[in-house]
Amino acid sequence: MEALIAVAVGVLVASGIYLMLRGRTFPVILGLALFAYAVNLFLFVMGRLTLEGAPILREGMETAAYTDPLPQALVLTAIVIGFAMTAFVMVLAIASYTDLETDHVDGEEPES
Amino acid sequence: MNHLIITPILIPLLGAIVAVLGGWGRIGVQRVISLLTGVATLGCAIALVDVAGSGAIWAYNVGDWAAPFGITLVLDRLSAMMVLLTSAVSFLALLYAVQGQDERGKHFHFLFQMQVLGINGSFLTGDLFNLFVFFEVLLLSSYALLLHGRTKRRLKAGVHYVILNLVGSGMFVLGIAMMYGLTGTLNMAHMAARVAELPATDAAFVQAGAMLLLVVFALKAALVPIYMWLPSVYSAASAPVAAVFAILTKVGVYAILRVTTLIFGPEGGVAADIAEPFLLPLALVTLALGTFGALASKELGRTIAYLIVASMGTMLAAIGLYTAEGIAAGLYYMLHSTIASAALFLLAGVITSQRGELGGKLLPGPKLERWSLLGVLFFTTAIAVAGLPPLSGFLGKVFILDAAVDQPDGFWVWGVVLATSLLAVVTLAQAGVALFWRNDTEQTPSPAPRTAGRVVAVVGMLGLVAAMTIFAGPLAEFSAATAEQIAEPSTYIETIVPSVEETK
Repeated sequence: MEALIAVAVGVLVASGIYLMLRGRTFPVILGLALFAYAVNLFLFVMGRLTLEGAPILREGMETAAYTDPLPQALVLTAIVIGFAMTAFVMVLAIASYTDLETDHVDGEEPES
Repeated sequence: MNHLIITPILIPLLGAIVAVLGGWGRIGVQRVISLLTGVATLGCAIALVDVAGSGAIWAYNVGDWAAPFGITLVLDRLSAMMVLLTSAVSFLALLYAVQGQDERGKHFHFLFQMQVLGINGSFLTGDLFNLFVFFEVLLLSSYALLLHGRTKRRLKAGVHYVILNLVGSGMFVLGIAMMYGLTGTLNMAHMAARVAELPATDAAFVQAGAMLLLVVFALKAALVPIYMWLPSVYSAASAPVAAVFAILTKVGVYAILRVTTLIFGPEGGVAADIAEPFLLPLALVTLALGTFGALASKELGRTIAYLIVASMGTMLAAIGLYTAEGIAAGLYYMLHSTIASAALFLLAGVITSQRGELGGKLLPGPKLERWSLLGVLFFTTAIAVAGLPPLSGFLGKVFILDAAVDQPDGFWVWGVVLATSLLAVVTLAQAGVALFWRNDTEQTPSPAPRTAGRVVAVVGMLGLVAAMTIFAGPLAEFSAATAEQIAEPSTYIETIVPSVEETK
C-alpha cells in the first residue's frame, strides 16, 4: 500500500508540475489542482497507513490498531482552503481573460 | 488565562464583519467602523508590548485545549513587536485609504481588516498548521486587495502573484506534513523539543522538511532567487495597499527567524543551524540585485518595490549572522524599513495622483500642487529609506555594520551594505530630480482632491520614523532583549509545553 501511495503522489506531482509550467491559465490551474491533490494525499498518509484502526481511543478498547486522527483533520482544512483558492484563481483567470483578451499567464501573447 | 493575546485577531475579525454587514453599501459607516477597529487594535498591541517588554512569555490555549493538542497562541517580545508594527502601519495606511481609495471597489474595509487579522495571527500563533491557515487568510485578502479597483496592470500582476503563492502554499503543507510525520506534533515549541531528539537516521527527512519550509518563507520574504514577483505586484497595488504589503514580506522574515531559532536552531539536533550557511550569502545577493533593480527602474512604484527587496536583503543579512547583535540589529532595521517604505509608497500615491497619464513614470511632468511640501516630504523619506544620517535608517545600518565587524563574513556585509547604500541614494536622487525639478511647464497637474488628508498619513508615518530616531536607545535595548529571548528557546519551550516529558 505504501508503494502504491508513493507512486500516486509522485505521478500527481510530476503531472502537476508539468501542467503548471505551461503558458496558459487553464492548464496551470489544472496543474495546481493536481499538485494540491498530491499534497493532500501526502499529508493524509503522514499518520502512517493502518487498516481498520480506530481513530479515537476509549477506555477498554483494543489499542493495537490505532490510526492518527490529526492528519485527517488537517487534510480536511487543507482541502477546504485549497478549494477556495482554486475557485479564486479560476475567477481571476476568467477576469484576466475577459479584460486582457488572452489566456496567457503573462497577460499578453508571446511574440513568436 | 489572559484573553488580551487574542484581541489583535478578534478585533479586526469583528470589525470586518460589522463593516460588511452594518455598513452595507454605506462607505461612510464602513470608514468609521474600520478606523475605530484600527484604533482598538493599536491600543491592544501597545498593551501587549507593555506585557511582553517585561520578558514574560504568555501562552494562550484557544478553547482551553492543552498544548500540544490544541491551538496555542504565544506572546513573546518578538511577536508583540511585530503586532505593534502591523497595527501602527496599517492604521496609517487606513487613514490614507479613507481619502477615496476605498471607493474604487467593493468591501475594501472588510478585506483590509481581514488582512490585518491574517498578519497578526501569523505573528501570534505557536502552531505550524495554524501558521499555514493564517498565511492563507492574509494571502487571500492580499489577492483581493491587490485587485481592488481592477485595472489591467493589477490583473497581470495578480495572476502571477496568486499562482506563485498557491505553489508556495502547497509546498508549505508538504513541509508541515513531513515535520508532522517525523515528530508527531504541530506545536512549534513541542516540535523543537522533539526535533532535538530525532535519531541520525531521520536526518535527511527532517532537513528536507526544514528546507521546504524555509523555501516557502523565503518566497514570502522575497529572497533571491524567488523575489521576481514582488516588484510588479507592489508597484501595481494602490498606495495604501502597497503600504500594508510592506508588512507582508516581514511575515516571511518573522517565520524564518522563528523556525531557525526555535526548531532548527543550534539545539536542533540533526537539523541544527540549517539556514546558517546560505542565508547570509543569499541575503547579500538579494540586497545587491534589489538595489540594481531600483536603479534601473523607470517608474516610481517599481523603484520603491525594488528598494523593499533591497531592504529585505539588508535585514536578512543582519539576521543571517545568527549572533545576538546581528538579530537585534536586523529587528531594529526591520521596524525602520517597514515604516519608511510604507511612507514612501503613500507619498508616491500622493505624487502620482497629480501626474495624470504619466502616473509614476520618471519623466518630466507638470509642476505639482504643493510642490515644496511634497518635495520636503520626499527628501525626508528618501533620507530615511537610503539610510543617511540623522534618521533611523542610518542608525539601523550602523547597528548592522557594528554587529558584522568581528564576524568572518564581516567584510562582505560591510562592502555590500555600504555600496548599495550609495546606489540607493543615487536612485532616490534621480527619482526626486525627475519628479520635482524637470518640469514640463506646458502640462497642468490633474486636480488631486483632498491631498491634505493623504499628506497627514504620510506625515504620521514620518513621525514614526522620527520617533524611532529619538527613542533609538530604548528601541535598541528592546531589540537586544528580543534577540536574547529568541536565542534562548528553552524558556519558550518550557512555557508552552510545561510537561514535554509527560506528553511523549
